[in-house]
Amino acid sequence: MTPLLDVAGLAKHFTQTKGFPRPITTTVRAVDGVSFQVAPGEAFGLVGESGCGKSTAARALLRLVEPDAGTVHFAGADMRAARGAALVALRRRMGIVFQDPYSSLNPRRRVGRTLAEPLEVHGLARGAAAREAAGALLEEVGLPAAAGSRYPHEFSGGQRQRIGIARALALEPELIVADEPVSALDVSVQAQVLVLLRALQERRGLAFVFVSHDLAVVRWFCSRVAVMYLGRIVEQGPVSQVFSRPRHPYTQVLRDASPVPDPARRGVMPRVVGEIPSAANPPPGCHFHPRCPRATEVCRVEYPGWTDPDGRGFACHHPIER
Amino acid sequence: MKRLLAYPIASIGALLCLLIVLGAAFAPWLAPFDPVDQNIIDRLSPPGGEYVFGTDAFGRDVLSRILWGARISLVVAVTSIAAAILVGGAIGMVSGYVGGRTDALIMQAMDVLLSFPSLILGLIVVALLGPALPNLVFAIALTAVAPFARIARAPVLSLKERAYVEAGRALGFSHARLLFVHILPNILAEILVMGSLWMATAVRTEASLSFIGLGVAPPTPTWGGMMRDGFENILDAPWLSIWPGLAILALVLGLNMVGDGLRDATDPKLTQ
Amino acid sequence: MIFYILRRMLAAIPTLLAVLTLVFILVRIVPGDPAIAILGDRATPDAVAALRTRLGLDRPLLVQYVTFLGASLTGDFGRSMVTNRPIMAEVAAVLPHTVDLTLAAMLVGIAVGVPAGVAAARHRNRFIDVAARLLSLVGLSFPVFVSGIFLLLVFGLHWRIFPVIGNADLNDPLDRLYKLVLPAITLGLVMAAYITRVTRSAMLQVLGEDYMRTARAKGVPARTIVWRHGLRTAALPVVTVVGLYVGILIGNSVLTEIVFNRPGLGKIIVGALGQRDYTMLQGLMVIYCFLIVIVNLITDLTYGFIDPRVKTA
Repeated sequence: MTPLLDVAGLAKHFTQTKGFPRPITTTVRAVDGVSFQVAPGEAFGLVGESGCGKSTAARALLRLVEPDAGTVHFAGADMRAARGAALVALRRRMGIVFQDPYSSLNPRRRVGRTLAEPLEVHGLARGAAAREAAGALLEEVGLPAAAGSRYPHEFSGGQRQRIGIARALALEPELIVADEPVSALDVSVQAQVLVLLRALQERRGLAFVFVSHDLAVVRWFCSRVAVMYLGRIVEQGPVSQVFSRPRHPYTQVLRDASPVPDPARRGVMPRVVGEIPSAANPPPGCHFHPRCPRATEVCRVEYPGWTDPDGRGFACHHPIER
Repeated sequence: MKRLLAYPIASIGALLCLLIVLGAAFAPWLAPFDPVDQNIIDRLSPPGGEYVFGTDAFGRDVLSRILWGARISLVVAVTSIAAAILVGGAIGMVSGYVGGRTDALIMQAMDVLLSFPSLILGLIVVALLGPALPNLVFAIALTAVAPFARIARAPVLSLKERAYVEAGRALGFSHARLLFVHILPNILAEILVMGSLWMATAVRTEASLSFIGLGVAPPTPTWGGMMRDGFENILDAPWLSIWPGLAILALVLGLNMVGDGLRDATDPKLTQ
Repeated sequence: MIFYILRRMLAAIPTLLAVLTLVFILVRIVPGDPAIAILGDRATPDAVAALRTRLGLDRPLLVQYVTFLGASLTGDFGRSMVTNRPIMAEVAAVLPHTVDLTLAAMLVGIAVGVPAGVAAARHRNRFIDVAARLLSLVGLSFPVFVSGIFLLLVFGLHWRIFPVIGNADLNDPLDRLYKLVLPAITLGLVMAAYITRVTRSAMLQVLGEDYMRTARAKGVPARTIVWRHGLRTAALPVVTVVGLYVGILIGNSVLTEIVFNRPGLGKIIVGALGQRDYTMLQGLMVIYCFLIVIVNLITDLTYGFIDPRVKTA
């Protein structure tokens, strides 16, 4: 099956020049050669600690930040080569949902205007028809159509996030990039929003790139997952396999650190050693070796290659045996 | 309106400005005499009697000249600051939105403009171009462009990083739409508040230039020009300096009170 | 720290060059030939040509520009078209008067503004505060030529306490001081108004900080808190006002000099305007711009000294 989204070697580096009289340029490799594919209707998770570059990667897909290298193909079309109207046409087929439900809505516009605006900009509907469409979008995300006449500050965080989702749906995209869509919400509200996203996925056949640091959420929502560490993917595969039998030691650490609501498995202490290194100055060799219990000499020198034995891959010199 | 009344300083200032605007607008009906009509027999009459505010060295009625003079002050202030807001605001917004080297270069240019003392710049521009109303407006607008570029740029820097602007980009909105439909309304209040404060400065600058002799050419009445006439007759006729001085003070103070009061009302940092 | 100073100074260089360029362009976009403007319409072509040569106007624009840049950067601002004396000499002759006025006005401004601002902040929203805010608003709304003339009317003409004309004998300190009083008050009141406002808001900010609350909670008397920390915080507003409003101050000092008929840079400018002395205007504008750039540089550096939070890295 042809993938809906095909990302290869995606990279985004941030540089900062500081200092006088000898300026020192530091390069932060926020995203450093990331490759993955998402099939139509598939929920693909991108997990990792904060600062690992997962949000930057998500934004680079839509070229909200301009990638420095790599390719992004959406339904066969080259995202990075697209200019002007072609880029707009491609972006229309992808929606984005942001983490912060407070800054993601224009505080000075009524919700209905916010939802109708994309339709008007793209000439899909205007006037009463656009208002009606906005009402329908609100109802689709579980809010009354009348909510359109109110301002964002009149809604709770969960409701705002529903509005943000409705806006992402306005142009009927095939893929939604969700950047930590539930992280800013209370746990009870998180579940409601996740159920909503799942329902939308099934009803509209939506594919997702779902960015999160919360393994439990990804485990529930996604079918495949990639684990990122310092700008690179270290392990990738079906969610059930990756989390139940991790091959990369980092995945294991991450899994053990995330709380599991099962008293029988209580007491397994997370084996995290040390701090996450800075992406501006990653350790030589395998980025994870200073924190890795399995590290040997080779890990200090050489970045491990990608091994892909059976539909799931990892980058490790000493993978955990199955 | 209710909100405005909660700020007495702003409302008093607005009242002052309103009175002056009304006086200027209805000058033809309110003024007891023609402002340029010379009546040599009654020259330098002290205030009181037929001439409420007295007459000047040419026997012209001071009250009538003050009412008509308000027009020049208001026209210069409004048009020059409107021009500065349009040009400076646009420069600042685009500069902040585009960012990077372009932004650095534009802001460097604005810094250069800022290092000209405004009165001296106005003085020299008017001296070179000639003392006429459009040149006056141009000179004063020129001194206010850089400040408005800075005022408009600063909030754009943070607003363009807001998720709702990013969402707009993802939805295929044009840069113009993001900048003018989504970002502009959020900085408009601040710009308008600064606008009233800068109008006060513009009134002051116009009056200063007229006082130096670089204002709209006589016999058109201007407050600064009247101060100049009064200064020349300061020993014989102090009222010639007092009335236009009070008029300038009233308008500048009124505008400053409006701006100051509104700033307190709109600045969330001050209402703790 | 030394690198910080160096870097700030380097950053000022492009600004200075741009200022010079702008002045050069500004003076040359005047409609008409400056030589004809000086000599009048009826001048003989020979006389006009001679003047053009003397002013260097017959040379290519680029040569004029480079000569102008080079001369300005070495402190040579040319000669007056009218008196043919070096502009620097003309400026140096009156500089003591302008410096007198500026420093005296600064003193008045600090002496009135800092206590008023501190008092307003301490008694926030009470009578003193409201009064201080209103008065400072009135103070900065007064164009100096209006307040100067009002002061002149009251103290010079009505009560006859102070002289109407301020051309002081520089060698007589008493005379110098006596004739400085009214001009210094005129200019100082505007500064006081700005300093009051900036001091007040700076004090309010400091009073709200956690360490101030801690000090109060520990029972340190309010007076001690305000004056111990207040004095240090007051230094910053004064520097801010000087840096922020140096342009306005320059304009105001010009007007003050005109009103009190004091010799000074302001009087030179107005004289040059009347005589269409373009080289003088050009030179004065460059001098003023240099002054502003330098004052801004100094205020920036002073910030670094007073406030350790300003990054010097």
